[in-house]
Amino acid sequence: MPTNTRDPQYYHKVVDCQWACPAHTNVPEYIRLIAAGKYTESYMLNRQSNVLPGILGRTCDRPCEPACRRTRVEDEPVAICRLKRVAADLRGDVQHLLPTAPETKNGKKIALIGAGPASLTVANDLMPLGYECTIFEGLPKAGGLMRTNIPSFRLPVEVLEEEIDMILDMGVEVRYNHRIDSMKELLDTGGFDAVFVGTGAPKGKELDIPGREEADANVHIGIEWLESIHFGHIDSIGERVLVIGVGNTAMDCCRSSRRMGGTDIKVMARKPRPYFKASPWELEDAEDERIEIIVNHSPQRFVVEDGRLTGMIFDVVEWAENEKGRLVSTTLEEVFIPADDVVLAIGQDNAFPWIEKDIGIEFGDWDMPVVDRATFMTTRSGVFVGGDAAWGPENIIWAVEHGHQAAISIHNYCQQIPVGDRPPYGMNLVSTKMGLHEWRYSNDYDPVDRTPMRYEELEKRLSDMGVEAELGFDLKQTTREVERCLNCDVQTDFTANLCIECDACVDVCPVLCLSIVPGGEEDDLRGRLMAPAENLGQALYVSEGLPQTARVMVKDEDLCVHCGLCAERCPTAAWDMMQFDLLNPYAGFESWPTTAVTV
Amino acid sequence: MSYIAKPSARHPKMPVNALGLTARDYEGSMSTLCAGCGHDSVTAALVQTFFELDVQPHLVGKLSGIGCSSKTPAYFMSEAHGFNSVHGRMPAIAAGANAANRDLLYVGISGDGDSLSIGLGQFCHAVRRNVDMVYVLENNGVYGLTKGQFSASADVGSRSKTGEVNGQGPIDPVNVALTLGATFVARSFSGDKQQLVPILKAAFSHKGFAFVDVISPCVTFNDHKGSTKSYAHTRSHMHEVIETDFVPLRAEIKTEYAEGSARAVRMHDGSVIRLRKVAEGYDPTDRAAVIEYLGSVARRGEISTGLLYVGEAGLDMHDHANTTDTALVNLGYETLCPGSQTLADLQKEWR
Repeated sequence: MPTNTRDPQYYHKVVDCQWACPAHTNVPEYIRLIAAGKYTESYMLNRQSNVLPGILGRTCDRPCEPACRRTRVEDEPVAICRLKRVAADLRGDVQHLLPTAPETKNGKKIALIGAGPASLTVANDLMPLGYECTIFEGLPKAGGLMRTNIPSFRLPVEVLEEEIDMILDMGVEVRYNHRIDSMKELLDTGGFDAVFVGTGAPKGKELDIPGREEADANVHIGIEWLESIHFGHIDSIGERVLVIGVGNTAMDCCRSSRRMGGTDIKVMARKPRPYFKASPWELEDAEDERIEIIVNHSPQRFVVEDGRLTGMIFDVVEWAENEKGRLVSTTLEEVFIPADDVVLAIGQDNAFPWIEKDIGIEFGDWDMPVVDRATFMTTRSGVFVGGDAAWGPENIIWAVEHGHQAAISIHNYCQQIPVGDRPPYGMNLVSTKMGLHEWRYSNDYDPVDRTPMRYEELEKRLSDMGVEAELGFDLKQTTREVERCLNCDVQTDFTANLCIECDACVDVCPVLCLSIVPGGEEDDLRGRLMAPAENLGQALYVSEGLPQTARVMVKDEDLCVHCGLCAERCPTAAWDMMQFDLLNPYAGFESWPTTAVTV
Repeated sequence: MSYIAKPSARHPKMPVNALGLTARDYEGSMSTLCAGCGHDSVTAALVQTFFELDVQPHLVGKLSGIGCSSKTPAYFMSEAHGFNSVHGRMPAIAAGANAANRDLLYVGISGDGDSLSIGLGQFCHAVRRNVDMVYVLENNGVYGLTKGQFSASADVGSRSKTGEVNGQGPIDPVNVALTLGATFVARSFSGDKQQLVPILKAAFSHKGFAFVDVISPCVTFNDHKGSTKSYAHTRSHMHEVIETDFVPLRAEIKTEYAEGSARAVRMHDGSVIRLRKVAEGYDPTDRAAVIEYLGSVARRGEISTGLLYVGEAGLDMHDHANTTDTALVNLGYETLCPGSQTLADLQKEWR
């Protein structure tokens, strides 16, 4: 069967970064816009899908980067996230480009619980359609986890607030210091047409080992502790700090400790490095700030003397796989490590004590509400859940995508459209041909290495919580890094009936991704190409039968560097380099412009 | 032509040969020929051949004359030696180079204009002299560089892009080579590397002059309806007489053929080519029969391809000239040029 390249998802998958991004941000195009100096346009393109580019340009978990094609062709991905920050840092005024809410409302009122990224996205998508959105926030300020859990040396408050205000300024009503204690009450008396729960996973996990209670004065729950720092409730910590856990929250805790007066900070991990949950760059940043990361230490008990914490006893363990392939530990010895304070960062839980069990919202495993994966609706019509509140802690970009999808559902629900009717993805395909061998994109492969980040001087950045550690790319770094992008959205588009089978494309391809072979099933084809197509995660393009020999053109999408040489060497323009633009569906979009190819 | 260089990115699992090189290490600079030119496929076939034969690039001499075809040597094996001669004179330069350094592997690339018009005499004498080289003739039936006039290999009845019909009979280089006593004569098609690469590998293992005529369509001036050298025409009129399977020295012979259907020919260097007859009763070692058979195929308007004739190498240029086994370049200056006294003594002998 020939590949159907007119299904938007085929070419979408080729754009690895966009495919990996939960919100399907059009990365290559925003990078090209940065390359062209169009920072504002790049920012707005980002905002369309990920809503919070300045925040995400600093804090995103970057699912796009490990997916980047460059990691398969050489080692390191394009610094996608850092380029996003460049667009946010260097953009001009965008006020006039932002979506606005109409004067006349559509009469539908939506309650959003929690002012985190999920609720903010829902408001962002629904306000322009005339909905009246009310956010209930327990704290005095908006932002949720982005505000309370991410320290300002990673995300300056001004950046956070500016992007939140872009949404709230559309006329969202926010009721601060208003915690919802009863869902039943809200549903019965609130007068809302739909309710969205975006309350995150606000409960830090507890470590129930001996001595916990006695040591309580000097043992802190990571996310609560970070929140207290943010609101200025605490401003110091002991000199010797142990951080338990090795996820991204642990990294924020140890680096915050460093700025709060800690001098000897150890991050204690039970498992070896390959099992760490923290992103590699956050680990590096912590280690740069002279924080020690100690592996294979399992907490055994807190040691308290004279009513005061003096340290912790750990089991030093060794790990091996058992016969079932599961990792099991053996204790080698126990050690005492002195400490003045301990911060627990071993995970977060959801908590819904405020949702009554008898109001039609079904709860499933781990006391979590049952939420539909596609519509984000609970078992009670009109109640939706998204962000970390839906299926446990993820990251901001997932919350944003949940928000987009929930907004579609809420819109459908309010307009009496079945929530399961999802608007279609569309696409545009436009040739990038400019001249005989000239294209509308930079197709010259640049083998340079990934550009390293510049950091504020260590002494200066440790002196103040508010000093941003990363300086962002300067113009020189930016111009260098943008050229590393392979423009995977500029697709090699093939028209079989034009092919004369001259082999020119097959011969010129630098990475052996093209073959002209007798047709067959995909499994069989994968083994008899110019190079075996072993990466099953990457698609195989198979053309219709070619006019002269009825063989087929096969392209292994795995390693194509989108240099366009196949199209340059093609005498009949059977190959063309076409820019693919995925049209993401958002709430209120019922159809695509007529130029779009939709399936 | 492309303005960018071929990306340095490579397939991480590219095979390496005995020298630790990948096929990409045998490439040259970016082709400036028209997109889709058959010659670029011949280049790719040569790259593949050199890679598979573990050829050391610095031990190769690439030679050519003038024409689109003669640009080809620039596009493979940048590390090899090369000489781009005047029009049609490549065989003389090749003979000279070979005379001076018989240790190199020589590959001459020519075209139908270069070999069958201006250089026909040179071509004939290279065959006759049996210069130890591989002679590739990229044959497209037109003068592409001067915008598509018929060349000496254009078939009677073939129509040009502007509509003219050729009336003059063609010179068939395979026929010429056979008639003049060439001991390795093949014809292939740029669009069929499965056939071309084994033939080229066999050619490089042959001692003496190995001639490979490659139908290599001119995509700009001779790939239209009515042309007898287009991709479509060649594909539909190709008559594969014999299938070639090249087994290099020291490699295990794995393919099995039915009794009597294949014939093994041991090459000078010990490698074996196995020829599987496709045409009934064809004997690739019987020169007279081959000439007759090819004539009958041509009269039907078909194009015979394959390793059409292979014979005993016989005496090559060095054998005829009785030169030393050591390449002349490797003889010391004193030996090569013993001085005026020795010359005077020598001349005295004939006085």
